[in-house]
Amino acid sequence: MPTEYAFPDNAAKTADASQELVSEKMSVAMGPSHPSTHGVLRLQLELDGEIVTKCDPILGYLHRGDEKIAENMTYNQFVPYTDRLDYLAPLANNVAYAIAVEKLANLVVPPRCQAIRVIISEMARISSHLLGLGAFAMDTGAWTVFMYQFTEREKLYKLFEELTGARFTTSYTRIGGVARDLPEGWTDRVLGFCDQFLPILDEMLEMLTRNKIFTDRTVGVGVISKEDAIAYGLTGPNLRGSGVPLDLRKDKPYSGYEQYEFDVPVGSKGDSYDRYLCRGEEMKQSVRIIRQAIKNLPGGAWYAEDAVRIFAPRKDKVLTSMEELINNFMIVTEGPQMPAGEVYFEAENPKGALGFFVVSKGGGVPYRMKIRSPSFCNLSILPKICTGVLLSDVVAILGSFDFVMGECDR
Amino acid sequence: MSLAPAEVLSALQGKFAQVTARPSGDHPAVNVPMADAVALLRHLRDERGFDFLVDVTGIDWDVDASPRFSVVWHLFSTRDHGYLRVVAACASDTEPSAPSVAALWPAADWHERETYDLLGIRFENHPDLRRILMWEGYPYHPLRKDFPLAGIDVPLPDLEVGEVTRATAAPAPMVGGPFVASTGEMNLTEAEPRAKDESWDERKEKPDTL
Repeated sequence: MPTEYAFPDNAAKTADASQELVSEKMSVAMGPSHPSTHGVLRLQLELDGEIVTKCDPILGYLHRGDEKIAENMTYNQFVPYTDRLDYLAPLANNVAYAIAVEKLANLVVPPRCQAIRVIISEMARISSHLLGLGAFAMDTGAWTVFMYQFTEREKLYKLFEELTGARFTTSYTRIGGVARDLPEGWTDRVLGFCDQFLPILDEMLEMLTRNKIFTDRTVGVGVISKEDAIAYGLTGPNLRGSGVPLDLRKDKPYSGYEQYEFDVPVGSKGDSYDRYLCRGEEMKQSVRIIRQAIKNLPGGAWYAEDAVRIFAPRKDKVLTSMEELINNFMIVTEGPQMPAGEVYFEAENPKGALGFFVVSKGGGVPYRMKIRSPSFCNLSILPKICTGVLLSDVVAILGSFDFVMGECDR
Repeated sequence: MSLAPAEVLSALQGKFAQVTARPSGDHPAVNVPMADAVALLRHLRDERGFDFLVDVTGIDWDVDASPRFSVVWHLFSTRDHGYLRVVAACASDTEPSAPSVAALWPAADWHERETYDLLGIRFENHPDLRRILMWEGYPYHPLRKDFPLAGIDVPLPDLEVGEVTRATAAPAPMVGGPFVASTGEMNLTEAEPRAKDESWDERKEKPDTL
């Protein structure tokens, strides 16, 4: 007698049941206080299960009105505000801002000043990329790199402190020069840092480059095509990761970058992994530039001596000479005197091209100052590439973008 | 295409008669009537190699200036490595508007939203013209020259929140708290030391109340 056994097919039953369920999309606010949004970015996500069907970035949580503030103060007074744009590379922001205003004044700074600016910009790049790398690794589950890079950044911060008096908010540049000359023996300590840094960097990259977990999370995730990268105005490693060899240090050299030999790494696929590889290689190139700059560091003045009504005179002269005293007084109270005009300058910052559009009607205060921030432009592609990916991939994509909200929201 | 300013101008004037040179401290710059702006930008992108839209912004030329608002586009050529500035004045001084180029460069999307947010220049045919830095429902455009640096007190931080909770809030909830000094009876304009105080000048005497 045949016995019939009913084998409950759980999978089939679940499938039937799920068809009866009404599929609803879920709306999730990721951020503004979320560890992987690196600051106060809020992503308003629409989820279908694990899959993101819509992504709407909401900005402005860190908006301080920097452009409005700039219109109400003299050019030198705004330098500390530039520290707070990309606060992971304040020195690079200082340099970009100073060069923009010097272009307005038609001012050429001496070679020593240019070389100092190159050195500090590249140190800022290393410091910023290190944090970008560590945070990216942490977002994808690798804690160790974060600890390694913070040790290195601490060494850089010590050098920054010795140079500028501040670890974080450096405010080192002035219109027409820098705040002070390099301290005695500082360049040797920078070279010492570079020597010990390269082996550690290799060690850090070894932990990630062939790491199965890391590659699984990043390879093929968040692919940006060359055309999209240009159309969305991406700059920096995010653009070069997509295979566009655009680097303003090479293509539109400023501050004497044309004298240095360095390579511009580009990615081949444009995924998160390529952006990571670009950052790793760029740090090695930065070390190369720093070594060349220090080897050929010119002597002479570190400020534009002929910029009488722009760069404040030396303190000893202020105390002994009437004319310099008056000049110093005028520069402090009325600001560096600028001609009327419009200039736009972009510098290749760690995060991308940081641009300043300065409109002057003459005098010591800008009439309009527009800050073109790379993080703002880079994030504008998020709604496109975050659609159709898994929720956990959004974390990896954000990590690979290496953005800073201080700069994005201004 | 060479990027000497005179050559840019003569090359463009062959196709757009209305384009004129604009004084500039650095890169070539042109003025164009607002009606021709999109055609010119499309021409620059497709035939002159300016494939990279760097920046879109606006300028408020002063409260009583006319034309009061201008829109500025900065283009970059990834082929020739040069910049070009295109400027167009808005026809209306009270309700300025400009055509959107978000269809040419998706990068323009957020730049135009920001310009609308901070300066109040409306971009026609923009796919999604919302505020981006200030919150939705904020009544002012802060980068306009008639907006004081100290800001203006507004009752609601967020329309959505207000609708749900019926709550109103002062702009700085921490005032008088552990980190922010209390401003007492003063309003924001009086309390903000850097704010441009427009209640007195050489002709008008400083009031005693300050």
